[in-house]
Amino acid sequence: MADAATKTTSESSAPREVKLPVLEREKLILNKRSYHWITERVCGVVENKQPAIWWALFIPAVIMAVVGVGGGLIYLITTGVGVWGNTNRVMWGWPIVNFVFWIGIGHAGTLISAILFLTRQNWRTSINRAAEAMTIFAVICAGIFPAFHVGRVWMAWYLAPIPNANAIWQNFKSPLLWDVFAVSTYFSISLVFWFLGMVPDLATIRDRCKNGVKKMLYGIFSLGWRGSNRHWSHYEMAYLLLAALSTPLVLSVHSVVSFDFATSIVPGWHTTIFPPYFVAGAVFGGFAMVLTIMIPARLIYGLQDMITMKHIDNMAKIILLTGSIVGYAYLMELFVAFYSGAEYEMKAFTYRITGPYWWAYVCMMSCNVLSPQLFWFKWCRENLWVVMGVCMCVNAGMWFERFVIIVTTLARDFMPANWKYYNQSWVDIGLFLGTIGLFLSLFLLFLRFLPCINIAEVKWAKEESDVHHDDKKAHPDPGAVVEPAYQHELEKGTAEV
Amino acid sequence: MSTTVKRVYGYLAEFESASSLYKASEKVRDAGFRKWDCYTPYPVHGLDDAMGIKRSILPYFVFFGGLTGLATAFFLAYITQVGIYPTVVQGKPANIFTVPAFFPIMFELTVLFSGFTTLFGLLGLCQLPRWNHPLFASRQFHRSTDDGFFIAIEARDPKFSAEGTKGFLDEIGGANIELVEDDGN
Repeated sequence: MADAATKTTSESSAPREVKLPVLEREKLILNKRSYHWITERVCGVVENKQPAIWWALFIPAVIMAVVGVGGGLIYLITTGVGVWGNTNRVMWGWPIVNFVFWIGIGHAGTLISAILFLTRQNWRTSINRAAEAMTIFAVICAGIFPAFHVGRVWMAWYLAPIPNANAIWQNFKSPLLWDVFAVSTYFSISLVFWFLGMVPDLATIRDRCKNGVKKMLYGIFSLGWRGSNRHWSHYEMAYLLLAALSTPLVLSVHSVVSFDFATSIVPGWHTTIFPPYFVAGAVFGGFAMVLTIMIPARLIYGLQDMITMKHIDNMAKIILLTGSIVGYAYLMELFVAFYSGAEYEMKAFTYRITGPYWWAYVCMMSCNVLSPQLFWFKWCRENLWVVMGVCMCVNAGMWFERFVIIVTTLARDFMPANWKYYNQSWVDIGLFLGTIGLFLSLFLLFLRFLPCINIAEVKWAKEESDVHHDDKKAHPDPGAVVEPAYQHELEKGTAEV
Repeated sequence: MSTTVKRVYGYLAEFESASSLYKASEKVRDAGFRKWDCYTPYPVHGLDDAMGIKRSILPYFVFFGGLTGLATAFFLAYITQVGIYPTVVQGKPANIFTVPAFFPIMFELTVLFSGFTTLFGLLGLCQLPRWNHPLFASRQFHRSTDDGFFIAIEARDPKFSAEGTKGFLDEIGGANIELVEDDGN
């Protein structure tokens, strides 16, 4: 009957019939995978035996973490912070470079989970879980450095506003205390967001468990979730609220980190461009890290139908955009130094480019500004080797950016008599490598024990999850011609589980 | 089989897709049932209206949670910096005009308190964690976190009747209709 009705309408309006071309949406889940297939594949990562490469990565990562972070910190605590390369003038050497580097990495996770959620970018569903996990682990790595940089780590509790015997209170006007609050809030809220997002998926794993202990553990953490729509209704509101809270939060965190620099009167740091410049840089570096870990993970665990080339393409475009913003900020910094007419400001930037640390500046510029420009070309975004190469450049480049900002500025201050070339110690290197190992081992444990893709949201992103899907299928719009979207991957037809 | 008398929790019926669940829940709502629920593997958008659920009241809790955070930060900073331990640093005065310097922490604590209110408010509204539930005894219910779409009508609903409700669920397109018992856990 529906067909007959459609026919009469189209016949009556035949003379002036205009067919509107409608571009089909690129598919987020390829090969018409069923709900059950999605469950099987994502839970399979947790339930099946890990591939040999997991162990091949995990064992060295744990050794790096134990020797680097564990050994490094024990040596540091028992000897004193003098074992770091920090000297008079360059008191913020590698430790603070590493802190800013890691905290920046985390930002992409929150951007994907919160900002892309608020802007209704449905492609975020396949990558948000892993990116949020990355945020948590990166903040853990970051937190190590300032906690030990205070000198006597057993006095670190002085950072908290607790009444103490000396009746001394923290200076709430100091950006360093703002930083304590910003980073700890960021960690707590990211953890809540990550955990809340995971509850329905933990319930999925719980319902598939046969073994008692495993079932009990997943059962405890899934809070007895049973997919009730009355719960989903509150849950989605909670998710929206957390996204709305995390969005300004993530922008504030790196802004506050940049205040550590910008509110001081050191030439090269005392600029108003720092907050947006730091936030763009953080998102830029974070997306590179997301791709660095997701490209191998999707191949190892066969997740290509959920993390498609379309996802990689989108992330490459964000890297291009934020990389260009960062490039603009670098150039604007130079212009403002020149235009300010301030002698010390101009000198600070001259030394940055031509001084003893020119090599760091060159690394920063070529890795952060030039390498992402490759992503203007479609074939570069479609070639995973190129994408990985650029991401590795960006990872390194963002570390050098922080090195340039911190070390080159501090090494040459107002008094030339103080000038000295800064050298890191082997403890600095060990600790940094240790945090890389810690990050990698935490991420591998996450892949092993927790659902690495948001199962519920990926199911939601399927076409037939729309409650009006059957109606739309039964009554197609007669005035529209659907033009197939360009998609890098070819569909294999209806695939079996 | 134990010999203890079990209470009836209600009827559980399976539906084949989100679309059929949506249409069925409109019918359950219109039939006047109150104690019933849909169970889906992902949040089905539009189902709230079909079930007649009102918008969540969680934002009101979070608003007051946020205000608490804001007030906490303001008083913490103001009392310590202006009241009991005034220090003049960075050329900033130790009086009410120093408040702009407290804004970052006031913002952070607003977000922190709001975030935790969201978490605990959600748990309160959903009455979770609740690790056991009569529905978990069902043989098919585990599919609600995989690929099953279910409606359960509870026996405590005034309109519930042992035969009538079963027939009703059948009529609106439910399959695998199952009587779920409540063993009192």
